Amino acid sequence: MSPIVEMPALLPALPEILLVVGAMALLMVGAYRENSVQLVNGCAFALLVLAALVVYALPSGRIVTFGGGFVLDDFARVLKILTLAGSAATIALARDYQAAERQEKFEFAILILLSTTGMLMLISAADLIALYLGLELMSLALYVVAASNRDSIRSTEAGLKYFVLGALSSGMLLYGASLIYGFTGTVNFAGIAKAAGQGGLGLTFGLVFLFAGFCFKVSAVPFHMWTPDVYEGAPTPVTAFFASAPKIAAIAIFVRAPITAFPEITPQWQQIVVFVSIASMVLGAFAAIGQRNIKRLMAYSAIGHMGFALIGLAAATPEGVQGVIVYMGIYLAMTLGTFACILSMRTSHGLVENISDLAGLARTKPGMAFFLATMMFSLAGIPPLAGFFAKYFVFLAAIKAGLYALAVIGVLASVVGAYYYLLIVKVMYFDEAAEPFERMPGLLKVVTGVTGIFVLLFFVYPAPLVSAAAAAAKSLF
Amino acid sequence: MASWPILSITTFLPILGVLWISALQGDDEHTRRNARWAALWTTLVTFAVSLVLVWRFDPASPEFQFEEKTSWLGGFSTYHMGVDGISLPFVILTTGLMPLCIIASWEVIQTRVKEYMIAFLALETLMVGTFSALDLVLFYLFFEGGLIPMFLIIGVWGGPRRVYASFKFFLYTLLGSVLMLLAIMAMYWQANTTDIPALMKYAFPQGMQTWLWLAFFASFAVKMPMWPVHTWLPDAHVEAPTAGSVILAAILLKMGGYGFLRFSVPMFPHASMDLAPLIFTLSVVAVIYTSLVALVQEDMKKLIAYSSVAHMGFVTMGIFALTAQGVAGGIFQMISHGIVSAALFLCVGVVYDRMHTREIAAYGGLVNNMPLYAVVFMVFTLANVGLPGTSGFIGEFLALIGTFRVNIPVATLATVGVILSACYALWLYRKVIFGVLEKPALVALRDLGRREILVFAPLVILTILFGVYPKPVLDMSAASVAQLLENYQAAVGPKKAAMDVSRPPLTVAK
Repeated sequence: MSPIVEMPALLPALPEILLVVGAMALLMVGAYRENSVQLVNGCAFALLVLAALVVYALPSGRIVTFGGGFVLDDFARVLKILTLAGSAATIALARDYQAAERQEKFEFAILILLSTTGMLMLISAADLIALYLGLELMSLALYVVAASNRDSIRSTEAGLKYFVLGALSSGMLLYGASLIYGFTGTVNFAGIAKAAGQGGLGLTFGLVFLFAGFCFKVSAVPFHMWTPDVYEGAPTPVTAFFASAPKIAAIAIFVRAPITAFPEITPQWQQIVVFVSIASMVLGAFAAIGQRNIKRLMAYSAIGHMGFALIGLAAATPEGVQGVIVYMGIYLAMTLGTFACILSMRTSHGLVENISDLAGLARTKPGMAFFLATMMFSLAGIPPLAGFFAKYFVFLAAIKAGLYALAVIGVLASVVGAYYYLLIVKVMYFDEAAEPFERMPGLLKVVTGVTGIFVLLFFVYPAPLVSAAAAAAKSLF
Repeated sequence: MASWPILSITTFLPILGVLWISALQGDDEHTRRNARWAALWTTLVTFAVSLVLVWRFDPASPEFQFEEKTSWLGGFSTYHMGVDGISLPFVILTTGLMPLCIIASWEVIQTRVKEYMIAFLALETLMVGTFSALDLVLFYLFFEGGLIPMFLIIGVWGGPRRVYASFKFFLYTLLGSVLMLLAIMAMYWQANTTDIPALMKYAFPQGMQTWLWLAFFASFAVKMPMWPVHTWLPDAHVEAPTAGSVILAAILLKMGGYGFLRFSVPMFPHASMDLAPLIFTLSVVAVIYTSLVALVQEDMKKLIAYSSVAHMGFVTMGIFALTAQGVAGGIFQMISHGIVSAALFLCVGVVYDRMHTREIAAYGGLVNNMPLYAVVFMVFTLANVGLPGTSGFIGEFLALIGTFRVNIPVATLATVGVILSACYALWLYRKVIFGVLEKPALVALRDLGRREILVFAPLVILTILFGVYPKPVLDMSAASVAQLLENYQAAVGPKKAAMDVSRPPLTVAK
């Protein structure tokens, strides 16, 4: 036996390597150069865009490396590009906020880079070890950015809460992974699929714990409790980040793990997903109604939307996975657009967060009101906006899979949810004007405009996202 | 010329107007004037283009015409547009009423004029699209999309309880529609297409038909609206600005009836036959109950809103009688009601603009100083009652004789509704127009102005024209209706024949 370990092929992991090396270099720049925040931010943004281009340019097909622990397929490609877009947009969103709030810390961009690296690894994870490594890298960086406003009690409280609960969920996930390993004798997804056969009590038990960890990361009921507090407490750009990129990565592994590792026992995990999906949609719809703080409202809205996205997973078909990917792509645009507007809610007293502060926005800032209303109608799933198509594809899959009860409860929840989105439109358009907001920073205008036009005109040419998602879904089956 | 996508041009022309108006800067009097003129011209040009459709339409063919088809939505659906004799009248009704709505809002709307005009033009695109979409997903897109501008129109420019009314309107309609959306998906997986002409030929299994029919019914019954899900309508009507009420009554309500004709009957013939008694029951209840409710209203708009529900009862009854007269009567009644109810809401708008109250008790004796208004109001009141010689008569009469052939008790009960409609409509007219002009505030009221005459003239002419010469509308839809019934008979033929054995068929003189 030769002790020489063969060097794994590194090319498929090039985007991750790029981000890690870049993050290290930028850390040095930040540590040894004064006033380097703008530079670090700019470089981080460029790195994320570059990584997305690399993902796009990597050879096509299914490539496996690191002893089967890392897989690059169409599914990973599409979701990685979405994740990178979300992270890059967050850095853009954060720039003006940092300047205005005197929060100019170069660590922010570096933590985002590291967290994004974790997300990319998570999306490509093809065994339980890689899964856990990716998840923890992502989460540890997230705990820190949640508390990045060190002098604010709310921010540190949010970070601590997120950390304690996150550690608990990681523990559960790890316990589930160890059970699965114990009952199948392998950590590799393909190996598990082969060894699992018809399943068994122990395996299902492990799967439940694994799912508990995933549910925590995507903030699905019943592991959603941290979401409203963390969303409200964290600095707003961080909230925007939490709501976008990590959700995509977490959903990606939530889809990949059961579909590739447990295809034989689909009915067993399907019912868990159905329950989680229904509970999230219903809770998201009802609990959001009473909210006065728009960040808290967006937290409940996110819980509801994760419920809708999981409908596609519950279907456990290629159509379902396609639905999930389309949903996440559109959800990303809607979330970023909405948070760009929330970050523009700045009066002479500073940043405000109450829904009532939006009163009469249609008179004081018609452009912003129009785009925010577009986002709200889209989040509610009203055609012809993009949000409708997101829901359309997941429900289409649910109907094909015969999940009629899930579909009916889902559409009814979407009607309840429409109420609070309409409430925001009502405040902006029907109410008398409150104190006007200050000028919207240029970068936020760009993000709002781009996402707004995407949401508004998605129906004209939906083919790119829809067919990319179809190809991605096919690569999992 | 043949290669021009006239239907798409008609549909999306108003969007050009939207872009034009949103490019206008500022909010001074000059901008407002520009916005109004831009909207008027857009709607007029759209109307002119839609007349090209009428001109080139071949009424002898029951097929879809002016078809356009391109792939869309990654192969899941197609962008398929086209009109037949059933949908074309509604397209024309929409494009024809829009300029009148813009003119009617000319002076009334003084705040946020640009946004108002944008909302109306966007609504026009969505309404025309609803009637000309030949793909279920595309249809749903237009059908539901219309909620957004209407929500804003009621909520921004509406009356004191506008928030409540707009939310109720939006959520009620959305609730009905999402069930239809699920049915659309189920149909897609069953038939592997969302193309409407293809689905019309597809025979769905009987058990499935009932569920699909009920899901579509949930949407259209709310939209129509049928008793008991009509309660959003009076609220929405009362709070909406005049032009909003006009569009709501004249066009949005017709989407329900159009939906029944386009989807429920041709795609689910068995379910339509089995569930026709349900429709009959709800229709008769609507006709009698809402007429009685209309009798006790104190608000003019509310009275007309309830009368709309009653009239829509005739429409559903006629459609589901599934006889040539019944269906033709249903379509005609919808067109006629589109003209008459629009005009009645405009009539209320005329006095509301002057007095800022819609309470019936606040008026009386208007004939003394507003003779012209009294005449116009009378024409539409009588048309609403269904007096022979007005368009209202033709529709109700055809719907009733169509129903008599299949269900005599239902038709008899519905006839009671005709009498009740005379009661409330004439009562309203007497209270508002006749009597002594004793309230001091009313003495100074001006009669109809030039702009108002311009709005009412075409409506009066059409009401009377269609009353004595209904041929244009009936001819336009005749071939399509005949084919609809032919397909229906072919689909349910065996079952129906079995039923007829027990009872000799009635011979009806044609």
